[in-house]
Amino acid sequence: MRDGPRRSRLGLRVVALAYLAMLLVLPVGLVFWRTFEHGVGPVLDALGDPSVLHAFKVTGIVAFWTVLLNTVFGVGVAVLLVRHRFPGRRALSAFIDLPLAVSPVVVGLALILAYGKFAPIGGWLEARGIQMIFALPGMVLATVFVSLPLVVREVAPVLEEIGIEQEQAAWTLGAGKVQTFKRITLPSIRWALAYGVVLTLARALGEYGAVAVVSGRLVDKTQTVTLVVEERFQNFDQTTAYAASVALAAVAVVILVVINLLRPDERNR
Amino acid sequence: MSIRATGVTKRFGDFVALDDVSVEIPTGSLTALLGPSGGGKSTLLRIIAGLEQPDSGRIEIAGEDHTTLPPQRRNVGFVFQHYAAFKHLSVRRNVAFGLEIRKRPKDEVKRRVDELLRLVHLEQFGDRLPSQLSGGQRQRMALARALAVEPKVMLLDEPFGALDAKVRKELRDWLRRLHDEVHVTTVFVTHDQEEAMDVADEIVVINNGVVEQVGPPDELYDRPANDFVMSFLGPVTRLGGKLVRPHDLEVFSEPDTGTVPATVVRLVRLGFEVKVDVVVGDEELWVQLTRGEADRLALGPGSPIHLRALGAVSRPPARAH
Repeated sequence: MRDGPRRSRLGLRVVALAYLAMLLVLPVGLVFWRTFEHGVGPVLDALGDPSVLHAFKVTGIVAFWTVLLNTVFGVGVAVLLVRHRFPGRRALSAFIDLPLAVSPVVVGLALILAYGKFAPIGGWLEARGIQMIFALPGMVLATVFVSLPLVVREVAPVLEEIGIEQEQAAWTLGAGKVQTFKRITLPSIRWALAYGVVLTLARALGEYGAVAVVSGRLVDKTQTVTLVVEERFQNFDQTTAYAASVALAAVAVVILVVINLLRPDERNR
Repeated sequence: MSIRATGVTKRFGDFVALDDVSVEIPTGSLTALLGPSGGGKSTLLRIIAGLEQPDSGRIEIAGEDHTTLPPQRRNVGFVFQHYAAFKHLSVRRNVAFGLEIRKRPKDEVKRRVDELLRLVHLEQFGDRLPSQLSGGQRQRMALARALAVEPKVMLLDEPFGALDAKVRKELRDWLRRLHDEVHVTTVFVTHDQEEAMDVADEIVVINNGVVEQVGPPDELYDRPANDFVMSFLGPVTRLGGKLVRPHDLEVFSEPDTGTVPATVVRLVRLGFEVKVDVVVGDEELWVQLTRGEADRLALGPGSPIHLRALGAVSRPPARAH
């Protein structure tokens, strides 16, 4: 009898681990193995390719702006949703989750319809020398769109949980709204925000569908790392495809590890 | 400094939290806003602090109109029931917060914080985080934090409500002593009449959004303006349809002027005090006696007695507000 729960727990673990192994460890491990099959030399050569380096730069730029915009917007919307009551609040809340439900390809097409050369807004911007589609602004827009909920959904529950009393206490002690936000609210949500930022960053580095549509895949211009991987893979340059994949995965893993190393001692407080 | 609320009304949707409330709280007093939950007392306190806006009416502090001032500019100290400690800041930084916002010189902040930590007996806890303190210690920290900026008035919203009975009693005495030391006009909200009577010089009874009565504890207890105040401030029972305090009933073994005959149903001995359940006709009531009195009358179930209400005949009308 006493063995029952223990055995079933063991069984559950085996199932969970096997599932993870099949889904995650095996494929990712194989990519690593294939990449370093012939040593580090070919990998470094492949990553030294000017087009690949340019793609990393493009991905970096897109990720930077996406994180910046999403952080500011995400915190703003979370504060709005949690701290204010206004008509349309629930609609806004539902709208925030839309990007999770809509396919990124659809997002890309929708952006072309709105911001393309022949669309009203796109045309207006084009006349003022700002090209959105097939250029970086459109790619940032697409990436921001697909990662929209990530910061909001991390920050909003924490804001809810800490409540408004600390902020009100700060007001009665003379702190203005901006001071209160900087000294009280921001430190209280910093870990949720960091987590949201990491998720956004990971999403921005890995985004493919929406970016593929709005970028036009112009080599050495709007090609991101994910687009390079796909292009090289189609053209049988597997060494480069794998090398770029591994580099991309490595960046994401490093970020996740760093955030998880920093987090626990803060949690104990 | 004095606080004056004039004609304050506040609604939340259909619910009227405060209905044309006017109160005056004199400089240097320690006043309790007493009443049942949902009666509007916390709302009044939050309106005084500027954390809520009244729908109509006026708030003056030290004779100046504060009705539209934001909380940042009112210079009131506010203490919350659940402490509202800044969780990511040490006790010292919590207490220093208002002074840092005011950009006071570092050495002045340090001196002032040390002084306040001594005042609230938290000298050794300055470097701890709020989560490492007990509830009572956290609330003392919150008080020190509010006092740091030398507020014009101190407002405490159910300050001891989240604490257990023993700590609550200690903090009450401590608040009383603290007020005697620092003399800042203090208003605290409570639904506990014993707490209000124990700590406050002046009690404002608020119920259903209106002020029922204002006065010192003794006056409210002895001369309540109405049945609500009477039953809220202490034990009551009913004799001949009128509310009386059970300890204001005289018991005789023989008839006397103005007495009514009654029969003892049962006696409950609570140490020094004896609770006697009696019936007068078909009316049930209870009488509070000392043990000595009960023994002298040799009371037991079934004993015939005669009752008279003390002073119930001529209760002078108390002032209503």
